Amino acid sequence: MQQFLESFLPAGPVVVFVFSIIPLMIILIYALFAIWLERKVAGHIQDRLGPMQTGGWHGWAQTIADLLKMIQKEDIVPAKADRFLFKMAPFIAFAASYAAFVAIPFSSGYIGSMIDVGVFYIVAITSLLSVSIIMAGWASNNKWSLLGAMRTAAQTVSYEVPTVVTILSVIIVTGTLNLMEVTEMQTGNAFLGFLPNWFIFHSPFMMIAFVLFFIASLAESHRVPFDLPESESELVGGYQTEYSGMRWGLFMLTEYADMLLLSLVGATLFFGGWNSPFGSFMDGPVWGAFWMLLKGMVLVFVMMWLRWTLPRLRVDQLMNLCWKYLIPLSFVNLVLIALWEMIF
Amino acid sequence: MTNVKEKGPEVTLSPPVDAGNGLKTQEMVINMGPQHPSTHGVLRMELTLNGEIVTRAIPHIGYLHRCFEKHSEAMNDYNKVVPYVDRMDYVAAMNNELGYAIAMERLMDIQVNDRVEYIRVLMAELQRIASHLLALGTFGLDIGAFTPFLYCFIEREKILDIFEKASGARLLYNYIWIGGLMNDVPADFKTDTAAFVKSFRPKIKELNDLLSHNKIFIDRTANVGVLPDKVAINYGVSGPSLRGSGVAWDLRKDDHYSIYDRFEYDVIVGKGEMGTVGDCWDRYIVRVWEMEESLKIIEQALDQMPDEGDVQEAIPKKIRPPAGEIYCRTETPRGELGYYIISDKSTTPFRVKARAPSFVNLSVLPAISVGAMVADMVAIIGSIDIVLGEVDR
Repeated sequence: MQQFLESFLPAGPVVVFVFSIIPLMIILIYALFAIWLERKVAGHIQDRLGPMQTGGWHGWAQTIADLLKMIQKEDIVPAKADRFLFKMAPFIAFAASYAAFVAIPFSSGYIGSMIDVGVFYIVAITSLLSVSIIMAGWASNNKWSLLGAMRTAAQTVSYEVPTVVTILSVIIVTGTLNLMEVTEMQTGNAFLGFLPNWFIFHSPFMMIAFVLFFIASLAESHRVPFDLPESESELVGGYQTEYSGMRWGLFMLTEYADMLLLSLVGATLFFGGWNSPFGSFMDGPVWGAFWMLLKGMVLVFVMMWLRWTLPRLRVDQLMNLCWKYLIPLSFVNLVLIALWEMIF
Repeated sequence: MTNVKEKGPEVTLSPPVDAGNGLKTQEMVINMGPQHPSTHGVLRMELTLNGEIVTRAIPHIGYLHRCFEKHSEAMNDYNKVVPYVDRMDYVAAMNNELGYAIAMERLMDIQVNDRVEYIRVLMAELQRIASHLLALGTFGLDIGAFTPFLYCFIEREKILDIFEKASGARLLYNYIWIGGLMNDVPADFKTDTAAFVKSFRPKIKELNDLLSHNKIFIDRTANVGVLPDKVAINYGVSGPSLRGSGVAWDLRKDDHYSIYDRFEYDVIVGKGEMGTVGDCWDRYIVRVWEMEESLKIIEQALDQMPDEGDVQEAIPKKIRPPAGEIYCRTETPRGELGYYIISDKSTTPFRVKARAPSFVNLSVLPAISVGAMVADMVAIIGSIDIVLGEVDR
């Protein structure tokens, strides 16, 4: 990819710049699409149509219109807020999830940076999110925001454990933390003759690992039934209460970027990343990007589906679920996968 | 900025406690409302929190006070009170009108014909379903389930369509008058209502599958905000909130007003299936099954309803009740709605006092919310199902 860019762009910083903003472009376009999709999914689940007017065909321009509206809004900072922290928090939140995309292999021809500890890097950098949320909650100088931020800190720290343990159980199989290499190991087809050679089909315990990973990633990206940080019906808006305009928009963008990030990590670890599900059919760098994003979007769709179906857990039940069920299960599963690897 | 002194009980916080590591912890006072998405209007709860645990909850009311009782005393016609009655419990206006009309008819000793009685019962029970649908939907919304809310609204919409055909209004009807009705129901009223009953039965099952028996929903509502029957009776709680505590008290059965004696139906009480008797889930499920009982009443009333009869034949030319007073209570979707009316033999009411069920039910909130979490507060308020228009009047 870098060589391809170098062939027609002036060398040096420009190539690096273009190369590095590709994930940003993907996130922005995806967010415009995903917010529209969320509205349509919500609408159809609730027996209505969702946006139908803006832009003509099924209201496709609704998110763009909303974005323009948000950019024009007044930038309100509460009088007694800590101005610097208040203004910084959304940027740190978004920077954290954007930075994580660098280690995602979008196709066989494009990965932001070939980091050897790719997964480790992603897990580490996304922890910054909880810092930014506590910043936002504290700086708002609002009791509701503070309650939301406290919940978030507890939730994110707790759910990182099962996420990491389930990721670790895949790493036992692959023996590498580099996501590009993880994907390459899943190339080829015909596991059992018809299934693609993806890790989800590797052993029954891998399927359990994926379910655990998905539940934990729902909690990490603060989606229903784990959307306690925002929980608009209890905490008004949680840490977002005092935010408006584009700063609020950045938090929203972060939430959607996180959904995509964790879905892409899930797709890479369990569903073959950029590999085609049909062996060598429709394979190659361009098709690879298509498959990767498609797999990610399917998982994002499942998250939306859950959001518009389920109620929300209470904060103590959330912790119970994590510490009493998910963490023990994921550790047991880790041991079982290790045994499976030893025997077969 | 002027310094406005807050009225009401003084909240004294416990002194700061040393947490052992040099840090001090103290209780926090937080205002829930009047602008809060889950207080069902403009209720303000003053919560004292220890972390997320409520140690004291004080409801502050009065943000929606519209002087209903004083307005009534200024009306030069008893029938002009009916639109004000509508605006008390604005999601169950028909039931409010029914109570007022019955009270006035008893005071003036007016007998209405069977057709009027049946139409009134049909309207009241349809309104009860509509009101319960709103209560259940918003309760789900408080717990975080958005979709059941809209499913409930689809069904409520069908009832409002029936009301609109009959009265021309969708929320505040001014339909049940003293001695009769504003006008007769349209010709297709019976078929519309029968069609609604037929289409609504499966929706109750759908609601149960989607929300009532959802594991997360049960976890959030069972064993939360337990209201023991003795406490409920002592506070004067009525309606589904009382029946959720296992007390079979329904004025339709126990007070024999209108023609409710002619129908077969059961009084639903909470049994504590998912937790303790009188928890939020019980109060919720009582409303679900009461809709089923209302459907039974509607079906029987549709069968028995006479096709002949002038709905305005008993309406007095001039409403001038004899001097005297009356207290009359009826069962609205929220409980016992009582009207205390004093007449001084003029055309203007001397006094119209309403005993609003939401107001009385709200008073039990501080007693059952101690020890709950902030998220439980939302569930408790939702399960008591208050309408602030009726609390403040």
